[in-house]
Amino acid sequence: MALRMWASSTANALRLSTCASKSPAFRAFSTVLDDLKYASSHEWVKHDGHVATIGITDHAQDHLGELVFVELPEPGKEVKQGTGFGAVESVKATSDVNSPISGEVIEINSKLADSPGLINTSPYEEGWMIKVKPSNPSDLANLMGSKDYIKFCEEEDAAAH
Amino acid sequence: MAASQARKAGLPIINLLRVKGMPILQQLHLEERLLRTSSQNWCIINDGTTRPTIVMGVSGKAKELLETDAVLRDEIPVIRRFTGGGTVIVDQGTIFVTFICNKDAISGLQSYPRPIMSWSSLIYKNMFQGIGEFSLRENDYVIGNHKFGGNAQSITKNRWVHHTSFLWDYEISNMGYLKMPTRVPEYRQARNHAEFICRLKEYMSRSDFIDGTMDSVASHFALRSLDADDIQNSSSQFEPSSRILTRQELGEEASMELVGTVSQISYMAAISSTCPTSKIA
Repeated sequence: MALRMWASSTANALRLSTCASKSPAFRAFSTVLDDLKYASSHEWVKHDGHVATIGITDHAQDHLGELVFVELPEPGKEVKQGTGFGAVESVKATSDVNSPISGEVIEINSKLADSPGLINTSPYEEGWMIKVKPSNPSDLANLMGSKDYIKFCEEEDAAAH
Repeated sequence: MAASQARKAGLPIINLLRVKGMPILQQLHLEERLLRTSSQNWCIINDGTTRPTIVMGVSGKAKELLETDAVLRDEIPVIRRFTGGGTVIVDQGTIFVTFICNKDAISGLQSYPRPIMSWSSLIYKNMFQGIGEFSLRENDYVIGNHKFGGNAQSITKNRWVHHTSFLWDYEISNMGYLKMPTRVPEYRQARNHAEFICRLKEYMSRSDFIDGTMDSVASHFALRSLDADDIQNSSSQFEPSSRILTRQELGEEASMELVGTVSQISYMAAISSTCPTSKIA
């Protein structure tokens, strides 16, 4: 993905949209999916019975830029809500990725080793990062739904210069 | 004095640590420790490091980025640092400036790579008025289209570090240890190292650059000057991740295992022996 010129923060806030289907909207918008939960540090979690899938949001990947490296934990590692489990590297920066829920890592997305850009092109599907066996059902209550997350992103972008 | 104090009202406080000749590995360890364990804002200025040292970004691969045969032959230390970005070779001619800040330290600044990079360029912009055409070009500080400062960052949930290595002077022969990277900024346009970079000393004196930087930092923050003794190892349990790569990691042949073991010991000893006590400027 070519290095992009950054839009103004206000314009970016206006580009947020929701999508009820699993497929992200057209790439011109930062997409938020209705069936996910969101952390204020811009990670998403999809709870599916005894397994939860985690990644970073479209808003996050858009602000980070082209990703060139992803650091993931080993299966079996415990993750804790709000604390880091790995990192992504864009051209000049490493950025921590924090777990939205607590639990045990049961699978990592091995495709990201060779194709870190999957997080940029498909942050909610092919760019998933880890799967976790949740240990605390009440963690979800601390997260935002899609509408609250959109509002959060708009307020964050509006506060920026 | 009352007027300057009034001026400082409302500016975020930053601890300023100015050192001279701190070994780069020691500097990186300090930075990572302050990023992960401190809740204060920091500006570190290190005026030159010790022996020539190669510093790769967190995901750098030695075989792709370095002329490893020459690096091994000449026993050049290679460090993998905790921040992203590319590969540099640093020495006494390099001036380092680092900012470690809380994510809400600077009003309106989003804790993402590009906004932090743009903000950082404001620190230096005015210093070059009438001297050279300074700008931030993609992720580099340039004069005209020649790079003189390279940047890298690490961003955590609530803090970030942005550090820069400035080429006040350099040995062109040292650039021979670095391969042309596969990922380069567009404005580089296939230029080799010698054609791409420039020496800051051709534009201003070393002391003018450091003093100008400190003055600029003082216009953005309320400065609190500290020395190295004030920050010695208050969080002794923290394990920094920046480290020197072994000879095997640099590609020394496995068949040379016994010889490699001996050479690794002498290699690490040679590196350790050239870490003089850093001087407070």
